[in-house]
Amino acid sequence: MSILDDIDRAIVRATQDGLPLVERPYHAVAEVVGTAPEDVMARMERLLAAGVIRRIGLVPNHYALGYRFNGMTVWDVADTDISEAGRLVGGLDFVSHCYHRPRHPPEWPYSLFAMIHARERDAADALVAEIATVLGSLSRGHLVLFSSRILKKTGLRV
Amino acid sequence: MDDIDRRIINALQGGFPIVERPFAAAAEALGLAEAELLARIKALREAGTISRFGPMWHAEKMGGGLTLTAMKVPAERFDEVADIVNSFPEVAHNYAREHALNMWFVVATERPERIAEVLAEIEARTGLPVHDMPKTEEFFVGLRFEA
Repeated sequence: MSILDDIDRAIVRATQDGLPLVERPYHAVAEVVGTAPEDVMARMERLLAAGVIRRIGLVPNHYALGYRFNGMTVWDVADTDISEAGRLVGGLDFVSHCYHRPRHPPEWPYSLFAMIHARERDAADALVAEIATVLGSLSRGHLVLFSSRILKKTGLRV
Repeated sequence: MDDIDRRIINALQGGFPIVERPFAAAAEALGLAEAELLARIKALREAGTISRFGPMWHAEKMGGGLTLTAMKVPAERFDEVADIVNSFPEVAHNYAREHALNMWFVVATERPERIAEVLAEIEARTGLPVHDMPKTEEFFVGLRFEA
């Protein structure tokens, strides 16, 4: 299951709050981990190629960039249609995350989740309408849950 | 935030190089000096315009556990429950949302078995049920935001 060894895990721990903002950040990580900088860089290249690191860079706070309308759109899609629906919605260029998740009936019939982000409410509504058009009869109902407040946002911690 | 900051944000949401002096390499591509890029990223981080700078780890591919959960929290207990939930280091993100299920948080753990323990501890400490919605399938992750 896990392809990480102890040194990889130490690299995860040393970088889960981010890379040190210094001229030689991988050297700084290597010092914390107790291995050679070349080893840290080779391991991170391997982990990036394997998809264990999704990407390296900055994560904007989308609220700070003016994206005030961050909607979790949720769709009631039949289990037999979920792969097609996921492919259609996941392929839209404005959807940041798209997942199939278990429904919790009767309170929560929704199984397809797609996150959208907009600077204005009208624009957000237009994105939701576009998803609804793309899904057509594959969707038996939907909701949009806007986030009203970020209560916590840190990176993944292990 | 000025135009240079916007260019930095738009250019560096991925693809940061793995080389001895990556800020120098990234700065060169942006027509900036290494020291200026570093100073601007530090300032954007301090101002909260960027929430992280570094590798984005994929929890499940690291062999860890990850789930999205939702709770229905009475309005008068909202802040108290948020404090309890946020006190768990395994809670990575927590958002208030406009629905009867009004608190949505992501739990990430090094060991997959730890997910159930954390959810049980949160239920015990808040007295409220936690709805577990781990992903069945991922169709897409990765939009870049335009500054």
